[in-house]
Amino acid sequence: MSAVVDNHGHAAGHDDHGHHDHHGGYGGIMRWVTTTNHKDIGTLYLWFSFIMFMVGGTMALVIRAELFSPGLQVVVPDFYNQMTTMHGLIMVFGAIMPAFVGFANWQIPMMIGAPDMAFARLNNWSFWLLPFAGALLILSFFMPGGAPGVGWTLYAPLTVQMGIGMDLTIFAVHILGMSSILGSINIITTILNMRAPGMTLMKMPLFCWTWLITAYLLVAAMPVLAGAVTMTLTDRHFGTSFFNAAGGGDPVLYQHIFWFFGHPEVYIIALPAFGVVSQVIPAFSRKPLFGYASMVYATSAIAILSFIVWAHHMYTVGMPVQGQLFFMYATTLIAVPTGVKVFNWVATMWKGSLTFETPMLFAIGFLFLFTLGGFTGLVLSLVPIDIQLHDTYYVVAHFHYVMVAGALFAAFAGVYFWLPKWTGRMYDETLGKWHFWLTMIFFNVTFFVQHFSGLAGMPRRIPDYPLMFETWNKISSIGAFGFGLSQLLFLYIVLKAIRSGEKAPEKAWEGADSLEWTHLPTPAPYHSFETPPVVK
Amino acid sequence: MARKPVRILATLAALAAAAASGAALGLEWNLRPAGSKIAADIHSLHEYVMILCTVIFIGVFAFMFYSVYAHRKDKGHKAAQFHENTTIEILWTVIPALILIGIALPTTRTVIAQKDTSNPDLTIKVTGHQWKWGYDYLKGEGEGINIMASLGTPRDQIEGRAPKGEHYLLEVGKDEEMVVPVGKKIRMLTTAADVIHSWWVPAFGAKQDAIPGFIRDLWFRPEKTGTFRSQCVELCGKEHGFMPIVVKVVTQEEYTKWVGERKKLMAAAADDPSKPYTLEELKVRGEKVYAANCVACHQASGKGTPPVFPALDGSKVVTGPKDAPTGVLLNGVVKDGKPTAMAAFGKQLNDVELAAVITFTRNNWGNKTGDAVQPAEVKAARK
Repeated sequence: MSAVVDNHGHAAGHDDHGHHDHHGGYGGIMRWVTTTNHKDIGTLYLWFSFIMFMVGGTMALVIRAELFSPGLQVVVPDFYNQMTTMHGLIMVFGAIMPAFVGFANWQIPMMIGAPDMAFARLNNWSFWLLPFAGALLILSFFMPGGAPGVGWTLYAPLTVQMGIGMDLTIFAVHILGMSSILGSINIITTILNMRAPGMTLMKMPLFCWTWLITAYLLVAAMPVLAGAVTMTLTDRHFGTSFFNAAGGGDPVLYQHIFWFFGHPEVYIIALPAFGVVSQVIPAFSRKPLFGYASMVYATSAIAILSFIVWAHHMYTVGMPVQGQLFFMYATTLIAVPTGVKVFNWVATMWKGSLTFETPMLFAIGFLFLFTLGGFTGLVLSLVPIDIQLHDTYYVVAHFHYVMVAGALFAAFAGVYFWLPKWTGRMYDETLGKWHFWLTMIFFNVTFFVQHFSGLAGMPRRIPDYPLMFETWNKISSIGAFGFGLSQLLFLYIVLKAIRSGEKAPEKAWEGADSLEWTHLPTPAPYHSFETPPVVK
Repeated sequence: MARKPVRILATLAALAAAAASGAALGLEWNLRPAGSKIAADIHSLHEYVMILCTVIFIGVFAFMFYSVYAHRKDKGHKAAQFHENTTIEILWTVIPALILIGIALPTTRTVIAQKDTSNPDLTIKVTGHQWKWGYDYLKGEGEGINIMASLGTPRDQIEGRAPKGEHYLLEVGKDEEMVVPVGKKIRMLTTAADVIHSWWVPAFGAKQDAIPGFIRDLWFRPEKTGTFRSQCVELCGKEHGFMPIVVKVVTQEEYTKWVGERKKLMAAAADDPSKPYTLEELKVRGEKVYAANCVACHQASGKGTPPVFPALDGSKVVTGPKDAPTGVLLNGVVKDGKPTAMAAFGKQLNDVELAAVITFTRNNWGNKTGDAVQPAEVKAARK
């Protein structure tokens, strides 16, 4: 947004600095428990998400250790299933989603020129629900029977056979859903009502647009998931038969409800990632986003389509041919707006003046690998091919390209991009590049080969496998350990930047042009835009 | 800095090389060889889509990598400030849509063909159990044949105490293969006894979830003889990875011969529940039944894996009055009106097998009741 005029100027921001730095009435731990400041809450979300990323990642390494060789060596099948289930739930609900809510908290008020989020206390509550949900998930391991071993999709009627850990998981999902809905309402209200004068919707940075649309998806989809798990709960304990054929129910009904949530969920994770990348690529290309309006329309189109494609996760449940065809056509349509986005990013880079600092590297890595994941998505959208590949490692490879190379790479890009603004200090560029290349290489070593084992017929969610899959699994396990260890480097880079990083300049990136770069000092003061800037 | 694109390309080249060398080493990296027309159609469809995707991918990223190579600040490239171009934006919306139509049309034909289960030559019902497959030949030659197929790989191989065989995890017990004649249209009805399973034979391009309480169907027409192997593909509990599917496709003559032998075998094997058996006879038989049906949960040691799968060794239920273990085996364990992991074996095992396994568990490990449960008693306990 280069067309910005500030009535107060930078100097005004500096004069207020002393006043801006106080952190409310409490110090120490109570500051974090009681905080209603969007920046503090953003920080809490991001650290929580990183801890969960480590926990879920450790589970992934247990999985890959078991799969290193055929036969059972490390864990028993029961515990293996618990690992796959909890890895999925923790990564989706505990790591990726909170990470992007963290970005939203830090960035949206600064990007639209608002002093804070609309509902500051609600914001505190949205965050502090999360540790309780995370604790319930972890506690389920210590219940009789352990955590549920049913896969993150929690398919009925297997869920009925599980121990009390299943109930803890259901409550955890309820709490996570509540947190997401409250957070979303906050984001929608903030964006619609608290923009600075002159900041029309179509002038907002694209990150705000993707979050606005994501927030609507969350409000629409999370209650559906809550309904599905509540029905599971009553089927387990209160004699209902929603998913039990013997009582007039249908196990497939669960899948319909779950995926009616589950497919929008994919975009709940992907859209904010698109938003981050849409900030980073123009900044390091020193060139405006090629088609701002078409990006907004493409994002909306993806969001709407995401509600009518859910049964492409269920081609093998035995739908009528008309159902299969409808969901296949609708799903392939998603390729159109997604293509528009990819073309836009490439066109933004075209004839720019490119530099390749770590955020840009992660954004390019995202663009390259996410598109690859998009193509395997197109392959999977076709019913006959999907019938071969459903529930094999091909699917595992596909969604890790979307979730890890998509969402996680974008999150890394975002952290490196905004860390100077948040902390006032630069990260170590050499180490950042190391982190990118290690992550990039080990990611592909881990997941690219899974396309092959999937094509060759290796089912997912098995603790042991036929001998012909051994080589692929060995490669994948080596990659996974490399990938996991590389993330410790990320932690080191962030801590090093916070403790002893070089002081960041006011505008850390030459091409960055949204309000937080052009109108706020570095680091961003504790209270920013108490007087709104005027945007022309 | 200037080396970055080179490095990305090098990574890609390394991966392509890995795939190529994998293929050269005989590693499985593509869809299984097709054994039916549908599977062959799926293969060519997959190749077609992959070629399209690869061409588009290379096209799009050629632009990006050219940009990465040429439009760099360190080469002194100045940023152009153009943005938005209606013509190009319409083009890159419409062209992908047209490509999608080009993909959807041939795909639709295969979808419809795959769904046409009418006029089969042979109909077989497959039931998923935790954790084995039951086959019932319902209609056509071989009608009345029942097969219960469980894992043929010994636990010693899985737990690393014995070298793994060629068909590790992809083998069923002796004579437990599903046998079908070549060139005939086979319709499979899928269902399940407990949770959702999924029946799949990649060579036939046939996969269908088996859903408890519902019947779904699929079909395939095998075009060559041979043994085709696969496994359950829907998470169905702890032994999900240990539920092999083995289909033997034989010539029509061999099939007719197999049906004859199978029927003779079934008649001979029909146990007589009314005659009395000795304790020793029942224990020997019971050990086999236990190994095939119980050992995965309750363990060879009889210690189980509490709390979900309780110990039988020293159990008061097992060694108490005879009707308690008999009832559990016939009807399963139902808690709060819901079935638990202890399934009802009343329909899976006959009276002699049930009597044998109950007798075995009452007189093995530390359990020493010293009495035999007779098949007649089990028969009487059935309601």
